[in-house]
Amino acid sequence: MKNTIAERIYDFLKDFPPFNSLERNHLMTLCEQVKVGYYEKGSYIFKTNEELHNSFYVVKDGAIGIFRDAILVDKCDEGDIFGLRALIRKSNYQLSARAIEESITYAISSNLLEDLITSNTNANKFLLASFATNTLRPYSNTSNGRLYSQEGEFQDNNGDFIHLQSVKKLKPPVICREDTPVDSAAKIMTDNRVGSIIIADNKKPIGIITDKDLRTKIATGIFPIDAKVKQIMSSPVICIPENTSVAEAQIVMLRDRITHLCITKDGTSHTELVGVLSEHDIVVSSTNNPSFLIKEVKRAQSAEKLLGIRIQVQGLMERYLKQHIPIFFVSKIVAAINEAICQRAIAISLEEMKNPLPTSFAWLALGSQGRREQMLLTDQDNALVFEDVPSAQYKKTKAYFLKLASLITKKLNTVGFEYCPAEMMASNPKWCLSLSEWKQQFNNWITHPDEDKIMLSTIFFDYERSYGNRHLVDDMSDSIFKSIDSYGIFLNFLALNAIKNPPPLSFFRQFLVEDDGEHKDRFDIKARAMMPLVDAARLLVISYNIKGHNNTILRFEKLIEEEPQNRDLYAACIDAFKILLRFRTLQGIKHNDSGRFIDLKSLNKSDRLKLKGCFGPIRDIQELIKVRFNLSQMM
Amino acid sequence: MFARIFNKPRPDYWQKYIGHFKTKHKNEIAGRRFVVFDTETTGLDVSKDRILSIGAIAVMNDKIDVGDSLELYLKQELFKAGTVEIHGLLKGGNDVKIPEEEAIVSFLDFIKDSILVAHHVGFDVGMVNAGLTRMGLTKLRNKVLDTGVLYKKTGFCKNKENLYSLDYICDQFKLKKHDRHTASGDSYLTALVFLKIISLLNNSKKMKLNDLFFNSDRRGLL
Repeated sequence: MKNTIAERIYDFLKDFPPFNSLERNHLMTLCEQVKVGYYEKGSYIFKTNEELHNSFYVVKDGAIGIFRDAILVDKCDEGDIFGLRALIRKSNYQLSARAIEESITYAISSNLLEDLITSNTNANKFLLASFATNTLRPYSNTSNGRLYSQEGEFQDNNGDFIHLQSVKKLKPPVICREDTPVDSAAKIMTDNRVGSIIIADNKKPIGIITDKDLRTKIATGIFPIDAKVKQIMSSPVICIPENTSVAEAQIVMLRDRITHLCITKDGTSHTELVGVLSEHDIVVSSTNNPSFLIKEVKRAQSAEKLLGIRIQVQGLMERYLKQHIPIFFVSKIVAAINEAICQRAIAISLEEMKNPLPTSFAWLALGSQGRREQMLLTDQDNALVFEDVPSAQYKKTKAYFLKLASLITKKLNTVGFEYCPAEMMASNPKWCLSLSEWKQQFNNWITHPDEDKIMLSTIFFDYERSYGNRHLVDDMSDSIFKSIDSYGIFLNFLALNAIKNPPPLSFFRQFLVEDDGEHKDRFDIKARAMMPLVDAARLLVISYNIKGHNNTILRFEKLIEEEPQNRDLYAACIDAFKILLRFRTLQGIKHNDSGRFIDLKSLNKSDRLKLKGCFGPIRDIQELIKVRFNLSQMM
Repeated sequence: MFARIFNKPRPDYWQKYIGHFKTKHKNEIAGRRFVVFDTETTGLDVSKDRILSIGAIAVMNDKIDVGDSLELYLKQELFKAGTVEIHGLLKGGNDVKIPEEEAIVSFLDFIKDSILVAHHVGFDVGMVNAGLTRMGLTKLRNKVLDTGVLYKKTGFCKNKENLYSLDYICDQFKLKKHDRHTASGDSYLTALVFLKIISLLNNSKKMKLNDLFFNSDRRGLL
């Protein structure tokens, strides 16, 4: 029988996970059994401790608030699911659901869905993930339904990075039988434009002929042209299994002094041939690997050449992200290459300077580059510190370093790191200072904090030496920690700054998007989600006097060591940060920008859910900061 | 003539339908089944025009039960090209069409003794009754509620003298209008309107079923 209403419900649900992974007829069955509810603003769908309903709910129109006691813990709007507890049938409702706007909901029978999703892993996973975000202890290691599964997939694989790149069978292997005449085999090779042919028997490799064999055995007249391939082939062949890493394959070639490897199902010649790997394939794959690129950087003689490499890095990064390689590895590699580029730009600039260095100096990368979290080409933030010189020489020395700095920043700009609009660059006389000037500067920020100075501290505290005299930088760091020790209240100011951007509750309507300007109606992932984590990590690490750790992920790892009792929270922060970093990078690649502003409409439901899952840890770490630094008194 | 009607043996489906009314119900909204329905017709003359389709959906415990719904398309000889542009039902059409008698039997079986709800219910009930008469049967016995009348009891209604269309009320309630002028779509919309009115009138949760039938306009006559 025709059911127009069910079809309408189908049209609505089919776009939202987990329903989008159900088959049409299954989803239709589900829709035919939906119960539609209408709720006035303020009325309850269910209350805490109420017996579980036999259905869960999808918001059709309006908004439903999920409350723990009187506290709003989540907002569900169009397409959001709530009341999933009905699916696990355990105890009564733990939370209340109340319409915070006039709402229409679809109640979906939990029995029916259960039957349908047990066979559908995608839908299953999504529901578990949704459920995990609404459980009381979302960070518990025991909950399998973590949102972070994608980031966690490679977590155990901490080995050398090269292991992650397994050999790819590039083309289907070109094969012939052992009684094929050599000239026919040569013709097959020519037609397929390959330098080798595998002699196979029932798909199992028994020998190989390469261009070299034709040259040394046929062209020399040792064997006649009408010989059979069997007579000239090299046998047996060396085989490797699928998923061997590039490094291992290379070792095998070197060890056996061969240029071609057969890839078989189990790595022996007794199983089916799946591909051929040549030395050339390895060379091709390695021109796009990090160590090759770093070598290239070191050889580069101009900023233009560095730009070319930086573009290759972008490609490499995109490939890694697509392969779901852990974001932490990717960010490490990108940071290492960026650092190499920066060092090279400095070295080239130093060569261009006519006069020798008046004294030693160090180049500092600031902000995201200093934290080694810079994935996309963003603005350059840097500073320069030079050794104290007698006051008579100060002016000349400073002029020298300013000139050097402007050469360097210009090169970095050519490479693609645009000039910082706020002039936070070493070429600015304010940020090209002697060691004692820097110490004074930091001391001033710490002992006389105001909003601007705190803001500057947050940028300059994440400095990392990318070139020059290490002692200058260590000296500077020591001085900073000494100043903080003697003026502890600075940390409270820093703490206030760290919580000034509370995380949004959810992506609820216009609730958290930018109100005006160029980025109207877009979500600022940097300010709203990433910076709160960065700020929190910095504050807590500084409060523990931990030096030399700028990276947000490493900072949280340090904090886990310091406070094992807060492991769950810090680990959740790490996960959230990884998700956000990957997300921002992908957005940036997609739109060819900094990835900072996200158009919420372009996100699908599971992306939104994933992002939303990151807000929980942010909220909790800000709560911890509030309590630890007694911020309620300061507000 | 009366003798002919009274003496005619009643078909089984009718006996069954009548039988449902023996059940006594509590004077409560909760637990009571409402059937919200709508008919698309060839025109507005109850005596001459014919039903082209019926959409009906059950409401119980403040929920519209999509699983408990009915959607029928009728085979009719009478066809007016003029109304096609409103309801979109062509005489041929692709929907599976059944004879009027069969449709009404299905409808009776679906509604049982539920309270019937429709927008301007008099017309829709009248159309069904006309069909029943053609089949030699008596009128529907169900209690009826009119969302047009119920609406006037809510605070939304400014002028109780007016007649309000379903479109107007949907706009007032900010309900999105899908599938307007199909029997199913309209019955679903009417069901939403009905739920909204119930929750507006029943915010204290103490309202009894009978209160819905009480016509506030009558007060002036007392």
